[in-house]
Amino acid sequence: MSPDSDVKTLTIDEREVSARAGQTVLDVARENEIPIPTLCHLEGLSDVGACRLCLVEIAGSPKLLPACVTTVQEGMQITTDSERLRKHRRTILEMLFAERNHVCSVCVANNHCELQSMAQSMGLTHIRLPYRNAAYDVDASHIRFTVDHNRCILCQRCIRVCAEIEGAHVWDIMNRGTNCLVITDLKDDWGASTCTSCGKCVEVCPTGALFNKARVGSPHPKKPEFLPYLNLMRNA
Amino acid sequence: MSKLKLATVWLDGCSGCHMSFLDLDEKILELAALIDLVYSPLVDAREYPDMVDIALVEGAVASEADLEKIRKVRAHTKTLVAMGDCAVTGNVPAMRNPIGVEAIMKRAYIENATTQQQLPTLGLPKLLPIVQPIHQYVKVDVFLPGCPPSAQTFHAALTALIAGTPLDIPALTRFGA
Amino acid sequence: MTIEELEQLAISVRRDNAKFDYQVNVCMDLACASQGAGAIKEALDQAVAASGKNVLVRRTGCMGPCSHGPLVRVDPEKTLYRKLKSEHAEKIVGALGSKPVSELQCDLSEHFEGQVRVVLENAGYIDPSKIEDYIGRDGYKALLSMLTEMTPNGVIHRITESGLRGRGGGGYPTGLKWGTVAKAAGDTKFVVCNGDEGDPGAFMDRSVMEGDPHRVIEGMAIAGYAIGASKGYIYVRAEYPLAVSRLTAALRDARRVGLLGMNICNTTFNFDVEIRLGAGAFVCGEETALLASIEGRRGNPRTRPPYPASSGLWGKPTLINNVETYANIAPIIRNGGKWFHNMGSERSKGTKVFALTGKIANTGLVEVPMGISLKDIIEKIGGGVPGGHKLKAVQTGGPSGGCIPANMLDVGVSYDALLKMGSIMGSGGMIVMDDTSCMVNVARFFMEFCMTESCGKCVPCRAGTAQMHTLLTRIAEGHGSMEDLELLEDLCATVKEASLCGLGQTAPNPVLSTLKYFRAEYEEHIVHKRCPAGICKVSHVEEVTA
Repeated sequence: MSPDSDVKTLTIDEREVSARAGQTVLDVARENEIPIPTLCHLEGLSDVGACRLCLVEIAGSPKLLPACVTTVQEGMQITTDSERLRKHRRTILEMLFAERNHVCSVCVANNHCELQSMAQSMGLTHIRLPYRNAAYDVDASHIRFTVDHNRCILCQRCIRVCAEIEGAHVWDIMNRGTNCLVITDLKDDWGASTCTSCGKCVEVCPTGALFNKARVGSPHPKKPEFLPYLNLMRNA
Repeated sequence: MSKLKLATVWLDGCSGCHMSFLDLDEKILELAALIDLVYSPLVDAREYPDMVDIALVEGAVASEADLEKIRKVRAHTKTLVAMGDCAVTGNVPAMRNPIGVEAIMKRAYIENATTQQQLPTLGLPKLLPIVQPIHQYVKVDVFLPGCPPSAQTFHAALTALIAGTPLDIPALTRFGA
Repeated sequence: MTIEELEQLAISVRRDNAKFDYQVNVCMDLACASQGAGAIKEALDQAVAASGKNVLVRRTGCMGPCSHGPLVRVDPEKTLYRKLKSEHAEKIVGALGSKPVSELQCDLSEHFEGQVRVVLENAGYIDPSKIEDYIGRDGYKALLSMLTEMTPNGVIHRITESGLRGRGGGGYPTGLKWGTVAKAAGDTKFVVCNGDEGDPGAFMDRSVMEGDPHRVIEGMAIAGYAIGASKGYIYVRAEYPLAVSRLTAALRDARRVGLLGMNICNTTFNFDVEIRLGAGAFVCGEETALLASIEGRRGNPRTRPPYPASSGLWGKPTLINNVETYANIAPIIRNGGKWFHNMGSERSKGTKVFALTGKIANTGLVEVPMGISLKDIIEKIGGGVPGGHKLKAVQTGGPSGGCIPANMLDVGVSYDALLKMGSIMGSGGMIVMDDTSCMVNVARFFMEFCMTESCGKCVPCRAGTAQMHTLLTRIAEGHGSMEDLELLEDLCATVKEASLCGLGQTAPNPVLSTLKYFRAEYEEHIVHKRCPAGICKVSHVEEVTA
């Protein structure tokens, strides 16, 4: 038996499950319909472990581990939901809401935003932390798309889809800390960049940070479902 | 059982939450049997009464007058409800925060004015440097996000508050809803 | 170069040095150089030439007590002169052979007596730009004797036996790490030296790289032999230009004499080292970020596992140690694991270099045996708090460490003891604070550092440190509330437990430790709007902007 076909058994929330060696905890949990919240993860893209919402407890490890980049081991005992995890997840979401200027009511992604619905599913009714009220730019130079940094949560999905799927690597990140910005080329205007205008980044953006100008004033659901399909075609 | 005293308060908001509240339509009659509306932009009372059981506060704290009012409301209210996104998050009024008071005043009263290009000095309360949700100043007991929260949300929330039964807010509403 | 040739060279260097009646060592490390040590050396050269005396004037690396600089030490008498100016040169040269110039002399015997110098054994004795000086003091002897006498396993065994633990902060057993990389599958492996020293107030690694660069290179070469690597990288921050040029020169000299390159010592062992410059990001000191940076990518950390030991540079097994760790290797190989194991405390062996800064008389570098009490470091070696002020706390471990209050300083220095007190050993920064230091302000200072140095990848570190900084500023300025204190503690918990890398995971430590030991100071700011140390500008006016 090759190591890849090696089967591991483990427990997630006290349920016995089996997995292929090399699978991530998140994959296995989702296969078994055990929900783990995520924002930076997207099926079809590589994982970066940046949002920290998918942190889980693993028996024997004092540290919390991100389910999206932790591979399964034989006999792992995983807890995906506990008071400790819920508390951290809520605080992380609060940090995101307080970091930039997320005004759901006037956002193009209202009702179609992963951050917004995550807040609801985590039971967040208000943000205890002081809002930072920092000023961020909006770049509307592209003929079809806009990036509003006020709504960006720096999940890096746009960067990954552009590099890994479109193969253009137009998006990248600049600066450090809360000053981080997703940029096109070397912070050229999006409209003047080498962007191929494929629009994949807009579809994978979990919030209203990247949006299609034509959808302003109408519902703007994002449709990232093309990713697993594209990957499937690629591997065929 | 005596009726509960209800107040509604309007700080920096668009009054949309009050409108949504009025969308309760005939259900208001149901509530009226259980409550006395003692203070509200919708009624004549000018002074906030001494003992209020439930206060629904719409709007963010944007001016010195807002701040004074919310402190008074807090001091005389048992259950303070932040009603709608402006009260809960700052929402649209807080969008001026990254811009600053001076720039926003100039824009409104000078750059965009065709006549009488001057900053108002009389009759307007002084704006605070930044707009904040009410819980940054006073303790809030219940948060009802939404822009506005729906009439159903108001109904469910008020019914539970009046009856003293548990209230699952995230099941009813969310930011921006 | 063979071992015999090396020994011949060492003997001739020592013989050459012995020809001189006196050796005048001029400290030319950054602190002394910035106060005119260069001019002093020139003046000494001229004075020696004019006097006709048989004297060697040598520039050296850091001697240690920087606050007394510029320093000059005259051997063999070991007369130490402090705060020199170039006009003193003639006097000093004139005094050679008779009584020392007493008004320039300084007695730092207590400062030096408590120290044990292993890493810094050559500091102040060799010219760092001369490979011969290093060889004259047994340099490269460990490398060459090992190549001819020891197996890679034997080397790892000796390092394990020594009990050496990583000096970069984490304290991971070095022998275990080497063994793991040695066992890792792969035909290409790398040795990496982390010289991205960035803690505020820490300069141990800079001093070693500038003052004794060959020691680091030798340590890396030994590591390369032990784990089966032929390529090493030294990652140095670009803010250390002197370290970069000294290392560059040292590498060139080592290659020239055949101590680096192909078939070292006529064996099959090949090893060379390349320098990579950091562009000023503190987070690049985190090992996975450092490796990404060496590869030419943005210096962002990634989740471990996989650890660099199994998947490091370009996915190959990689050994990554700190400068001071490598600097300990050659003496361990030379003197044996037991020799090292006999120094230090129960679970922390050997010595540790600390950079003493803050409110202390003898600012500078010290090297002490593990287990010595913090009190002895500060009061005996460091000369205590000057100006009649009262010692309040010691901060160790930089922005990842904590503040230890004065009443707990009897504890012996070890990885575990510091951790127990809510701080860490860290790379060796030690900031002494007295009654004029405000602990809220200290916490805010470190939080600002972490906030601006966070890479921004994970949310807790990026947004959490910014939030903590806002709350600390609020409290320091007198606008905080007791609820803010609770919120701060909540944030600490999430940033500590949920952050991706060490930067975020340890960023709350300065806050947690000051909250633990100096909570009253926070409350004083909040409740009484007063800064006990008089540092913070506390506002009495109620602020409505929050």
